Amino acid sequence: MVVQEKYMNLDKVNELISGTILLESHTSCDYTKAFASDLMSDVLRFQMENTVLITGLCTVQAIRTAEMSNISCLIFARDKHVTEEMIELAKENHIAVIVTGSTMFEVSGKLYQQGFEPVYR
Amino acid sequence: MRMSYSIEGGDFSAAGRASSEVKRTLKQFNISPLVLRRIAVALYEAEMNVVAHARNGAMQVDIQPHSISVVIEDEGPGIEDIARAMEEGFSTATEEVRQMGFGAGMGLPNIKKNSDRMILTSTPGVGTRLELTVNF
Repeated sequence: MVVQEKYMNLDKVNELISGTILLESHTSCDYTKAFASDLMSDVLRFQMENTVLITGLCTVQAIRTAEMSNISCLIFARDKHVTEEMIELAKENHIAVIVTGSTMFEVSGKLYQQGFEPVYR
Repeated sequence: MRMSYSIEGGDFSAAGRASSEVKRTLKQFNISPLVLRRIAVALYEAEMNVVAHARNGAMQVDIQPHSISVVIEDEGPGIEDIARAMEEGFSTATEEVRQMGFGAGMGLPNIKKNSDRMILTSTPGVGTRLELTVNF
């Protein structure tokens, strides 16, 4: 029987998706939900506490969106290049940054399998 | 407490700085993270609108003990049909704005959703004025 965890810390999320942590947030957070989108307007519509954001949109505005939405973990899929400017902004706002070679679909699937919940409202 | 910020049209790299400053200031007060998010999201969407559509603009913030009132004014093309602009999915954003993950026609409805009071006025060819209040 597979025991599914209801929440996961940054290291466990990273391990699960075979990622690389580019930046730790230095604030402990247990993640229970995930949201995958390249549309930041959509991210801004929902309650994002304890949520990891999976995106392929590798821009400063992805970090800004996380900041405004109280998201403390961003996963950039498909080995996107994260710039220094993005890392600096993420650091200022205590947002952890992970990059992975997996696709958004793969990352979503792995987190879903572990019991992560979607964000509906 | 009153604060004022200028917003540069077209400067996508700086977009969000004013909203970020306001959020950081509000963190010093005893405001719940959920309310803080509502305020930050409303301001960020409004700031993005100025950057995406106008030549320049300003954000004036007034923080009271139990509310925040913000006026975002810009000089730009204005909005021809406000009722239409408030519809989800309606957008006049450029391809550049869409590549940033915005311009899907959800900004104004989202500002309304996150505010307790919102007044939007505009003169086509002159500019737009958005006033919003969030209670806490």
